[in-house]
Amino acid sequence: MSDYSLTHLEELEAEAIYIIREVFAQFDNPAILFSGGKDSIVVAHLARKAFWPAKIPFPLVHIDTGHNFPETMEFRDNLIKEMGANLIVGSVQQSIDEGAVIEETGMNASRNALQTTTLLDTIEFNNFDACMGGARRDEEKARAKERFFSHRDDFGQWDPKNQRPELWNLFNGKKRMGEHFRVFPISNWTEMDVWQYILQENIAIPELYFAKERNVIWRNGSWLPVSEFITLKDTDEPQIKMVRFRTLGDITITGGQESDANTLEKIIQEVASSRQTERGNREDDKRSESSMEDRKRQGYF
Amino acid sequence: MENNFDTQGYLDMELLRFTTAGSVDDGKSTLIGRLLYDSKSIFEDQVQQVEQSSKKKGLEHVDLSLFTDGLKDEREQGITIDVAYRYFATPKRKFIIADTPGHVQYTRNMVTGASTANLALILVDARNGVIEQTKRHTFIASLLQIPHIFVCINKMDLVDYSQLAYDKVVKEYTDFAAKLSVKDVRFVPMSALHGDNVVSRGDKMSWYEGGTLLHNLETVHISSDHNLRDCRFPVQTVIRPHSDQYHDFRGYAGRVAGGIFKKGDSVVALPSGLESRIDAIHTMTGELEEAFPPQSVTITLEHDIDISRGDVLVRSENRPEGQQDLDVMLCWLNAKPPRPRAKYVIKHTTAEARAMITDIQYKMDINTLHRIQGDKAIKMNDIARVKLRSTKPLFADYYTVNRVTGSIILVDEATNETVAAGMVR
Repeated sequence: MSDYSLTHLEELEAEAIYIIREVFAQFDNPAILFSGGKDSIVVAHLARKAFWPAKIPFPLVHIDTGHNFPETMEFRDNLIKEMGANLIVGSVQQSIDEGAVIEETGMNASRNALQTTTLLDTIEFNNFDACMGGARRDEEKARAKERFFSHRDDFGQWDPKNQRPELWNLFNGKKRMGEHFRVFPISNWTEMDVWQYILQENIAIPELYFAKERNVIWRNGSWLPVSEFITLKDTDEPQIKMVRFRTLGDITITGGQESDANTLEKIIQEVASSRQTERGNREDDKRSESSMEDRKRQGYF
Repeated sequence: MENNFDTQGYLDMELLRFTTAGSVDDGKSTLIGRLLYDSKSIFEDQVQQVEQSSKKKGLEHVDLSLFTDGLKDEREQGITIDVAYRYFATPKRKFIIADTPGHVQYTRNMVTGASTANLALILVDARNGVIEQTKRHTFIASLLQIPHIFVCINKMDLVDYSQLAYDKVVKEYTDFAAKLSVKDVRFVPMSALHGDNVVSRGDKMSWYEGGTLLHNLETVHISSDHNLRDCRFPVQTVIRPHSDQYHDFRGYAGRVAGGIFKKGDSVVALPSGLESRIDAIHTMTGELEEAFPPQSVTITLEHDIDISRGDVLVRSENRPEGQQDLDVMLCWLNAKPPRPRAKYVIKHTTAEARAMITDIQYKMDINTLHRIQGDKAIKMNDIARVKLRSTKPLFADYYTVNRVTGSIILVDEATNETVAAGMVR
């Protein structure tokens, strides 16, 4: 390699920082959608690098399903404090209480789909015109067609057939009143890139990503954590297992896998040899072949 | 994938972005599926999904093309409607594929995918040789200045792996491409369906002495694809921390678009023409001695001069000219044709102005490469040489010299859509 070339992580970082700065420059009131998962942690880290030595000029928005891992909440609050950023919470519980959405019931009930309403309400209430998220194109086939600057109409909907062409590094953030953009600075990163970057940059992540003995039940091919939000069947046998989580979503739908990866290096080894996709343990994606696409069209993350 | 993953090796890899073009039946999706599958970039749950779908369709083998299957409409109609991005890595490199459909009406997608690519894969059916679409794809790749073109001569299994058939296509292609400015063209005979010469050689084409497609992708030299000569730093935004520690800090944030900027260099801000010297090049992890494309950095200057978004820092002895009249090769991307005398927003690096198409010199027949004179009606997917008049001078370079500072887009103010992409001549 010549002296004037970047490694792929450096190139991806430079691209993401460029995009985050474009968001700041092109929009009036942008925000970062922050789930407490590793991808949004990386986006927050990149935002910090983009504006250093100034503080990040965006609030972090958390759409709180109320069904969280307690560790994620603690992590979120610490990070906000450390970055000196603003936190805005959109509460799914509040959407339920106000009657805006109706909660699912039954064995595999989840608040995942309800988040869309709360998210769109939070965007509207706060007048956000651009929301940055940690979605990556390698995650899922509907995401593979997503733009960096993804236009949403005034109902927050995504129209995959009518996306703006995105050429070179010229991003068009123009919009009408009431419309907004979702922006995905780490679109081009893969799961492996994210892990390598976390290791390289020494970024703190919630300990749920590391293997630890946890109280879990076996359901639909993965280890679901036992929590107050999950309905146990008579046949469910809670047990203690060495488990880690590859993605962090709502506690009711995020399945863990047996693992002894308790360091970043071991996680990277595990990801490298994994034969299952990252979202393979996400119940929200298993509902139908196009479940992500359908949710995205409606305005999901 | 091997068990002992080489962490350090991974950190040292380069990134190669390539685009794929082929007509509907050239086996493009199968080729991409083959690359992903044979390089073990596909996960078991994806394989299971595709096996199930293949069975549902009544196929005996696993249909590799289903790995690149996208949205509902596409699955139902068996077509690709948009650019899709795919990712894979080998121990040598990381790859981003911009997978663009090849139908006639999708020039805009191909242009989009090509705009960020270092390399284009152009698929040719060995039975049909160079056809109109091959010419169109090659023309677009050369127009967008993609430095490397790999011609994948596919379906060799259907011509008995014949060297004669291969040589014939190579000759046809070489004759045609001589008319275009393409720097690096390579040919690989292959059968994506059976896997010959994609990731592994196979034993059917011993007469072929070149490497497999993957080997070529892993070894092609790409680090000189950026312009390291002409210093260009378009300013994205100004960073002012307003904190006690950085009270007087005034940094210009941007991504180096060309050349190498060094600490202490004398620079000029355009359009003002004010001169200063680089005081420091900042990143959160420490100062840099120099910055080069495509790094994102923050530059502070010795003098407090007025610089804002849309300005560009250059070296005093190498300045782009501010132009209000631009000579542009324009690709029209929108279903609505340009309105006569309409003003569009023009975006060039971080600068923005308004512009009008003042003259349409000719349209390109992208199948024959002939100039069509006298036809001034630009439609979607047309490529035309036009003159643009901008409300303020833009400091553009020739696209052939710098793809970042030589490109523009036009945005329709009525719809906010990106309606055209242009390359400055």
